[in-house]
Amino acid sequence: MDAAVAVRALTKVYRVHERQAGLAAALRSVFRRTYKEVRAVEDLSFTIEPGERVGFLGPNGAGKTTTLKILSGLLHPTSGDVTVSGHVPRRREAGFLRAITLVMGQKQQLLWDLPPAETFDLNRAIYGIPDAAFAETLHELESLLDIGALKKKPTRQLSLGERMKCELAAALLHRPGILFLDEPTIGLDVSMQLVVREFIRKYNEKRGATVLLTSHYMDDVASLCPRVIVIDRGKLRYDGDLAKLVKTIRPDKRIVLVFAAPPDRAALERVGTIVELEGTRAVLRVPQADVREAVSHLVASAPTSDLTIEDPPLEEVMRDLFARPAEEPAEATR
Amino acid sequence: MNLLQVYPTLLRVGFSAALAYRAELVIWMLTTTMPLVSLSIWTAVAREAPVGRYGPGEFVGYFLAALIVRQCTGSWLVWQLNQEIRQGTLSQRLLKPIHPLWIYSAENLAALPLRAALCLPVVVVAVVYADITRSGPLLAIFFASLLGAWLINFFTMAIIGSLAFFLESSTSVFELWLITFMLLSGYVVPLELFPGWVRGVAEALPFRYTLGFPVEVVIGLMDLKSALRGLAVQYTYAAAAAATAILVFRAGVRRFGAFGG
Repeated sequence: MDAAVAVRALTKVYRVHERQAGLAAALRSVFRRTYKEVRAVEDLSFTIEPGERVGFLGPNGAGKTTTLKILSGLLHPTSGDVTVSGHVPRRREAGFLRAITLVMGQKQQLLWDLPPAETFDLNRAIYGIPDAAFAETLHELESLLDIGALKKKPTRQLSLGERMKCELAAALLHRPGILFLDEPTIGLDVSMQLVVREFIRKYNEKRGATVLLTSHYMDDVASLCPRVIVIDRGKLRYDGDLAKLVKTIRPDKRIVLVFAAPPDRAALERVGTIVELEGTRAVLRVPQADVREAVSHLVASAPTSDLTIEDPPLEEVMRDLFARPAEEPAEATR
Repeated sequence: MNLLQVYPTLLRVGFSAALAYRAELVIWMLTTTMPLVSLSIWTAVAREAPVGRYGPGEFVGYFLAALIVRQCTGSWLVWQLNQEIRQGTLSQRLLKPIHPLWIYSAENLAALPLRAALCLPVVVVAVVYADITRSGPLLAIFFASLLGAWLINFFTMAIIGSLAFFLESSTSVFELWLITFMLLSGYVVPLELFPGWVRGVAEALPFRYTLGFPVEVVIGLMDLKSALRGLAVQYTYAAAAAATAILVFRAGVRRFGAFGG
């Protein structure tokens, strides 16, 4: 089967006008403008198979959004080859635009002063969705996202979370097979993040859709994406299994304990590194190989009411990865 | 995609949006009442002695018709396009499987019934007090010329608005266009009253076909033959503007940075 997304040696260079602050610099720039080239994406290659859920990670300015915009046909690459669902995105053919959707958490397609129902109807017409299919998809999206009562209120009167749910519905009415999601949960509270996350998972499972997701909330990525592509300063740093990345960068585990009584700090330090100790709750960092022994020792040494073993938070894994020199690969697979 | 099936929905949603922005629309309309100023000045002048073919009655007819034509054929696309390109919000339109100019055109046209309704009192005054043509063919040409004028306006605004792809902002270019339009379209002074060579230049340029031409037709200053010739020239300009707008927009999209959006 053809890849849903294939990117080969993609490079995007922006030419950016540059000037100092102040009136003199402003006047000088009228007569002599200086430009600088910004390499937003450099020699990036990866493929995504149909139905995959892939997290696209990187610090601010890494080139994630630029890549997503190239994949959705909004930006023309400087060089390299890109195909999405068998189409070349920059040609923006109707078949391509029907096959994809791009949801940007900070931008909206909903008509601001009209109820979302109007945007839904507009999309029905624009995508040529037959009435029966439209009614069925809308019903399905309404029940999954619980937006039945919201769609008749003017968009401007909706809360951020309500708006994002309606944005997702508007973006998926034409049943795209490829979803580019750029920070879809930004600004949402934890419960709303969960709703959106679960919705994306269900859509992917039901429709077999391919998902490429960027998010600053690592929980989104950790719970949705078995595979991650990590870029930094436009270059690929890692492409592969998320669990493997975590193991490579941070070969340790966290033991989270709740003791019956406040534990002895010195005793805990003998077992592992204390990450957190507050009252009866303690979080210890222990090398993976020593976890079994550490747990036995902890349970035997003091009464515990709860114990869990976790991977280190993805935020820390990413921080450690980006702290490494760019030349040092994180054993990128694929 | 079948445009005939899509367009009615685009118009309906556009009309809903126009209703939501009705207060803004009324204020916008008030800013285009320049012909009423011209009317008062020129009728005062003509009371002393007719100016060319224009007596006070002709001036009333001319400027009331100018007001109606301007209201029914105006386009504000340049502001919208300039803003959406600069802020990157054009992205949302580019993601749809329909050319953005179709959607803009529907949004623009959908506001016209509201504008026309607000113009109704002026139309009544014009029909009662001014010498509006009673010729069926001329009236038909007038309505066709309204569409032609709108097409030229809309696509010219699309061209100027699309310059924001290449310049930091396209609104200064629009100001330049607006001044030339005021002078050479017949908006402030009927072109007939200009010296011969200026009139020659004005009649060759597209500005006249966005205002002066429909006005001259509806107040009966043109015979059928010259009205038909004018209509042909007007639609040629409209076609040229449409082709240029599509090319400039296409070239611009290639340079689009989609910043912020």
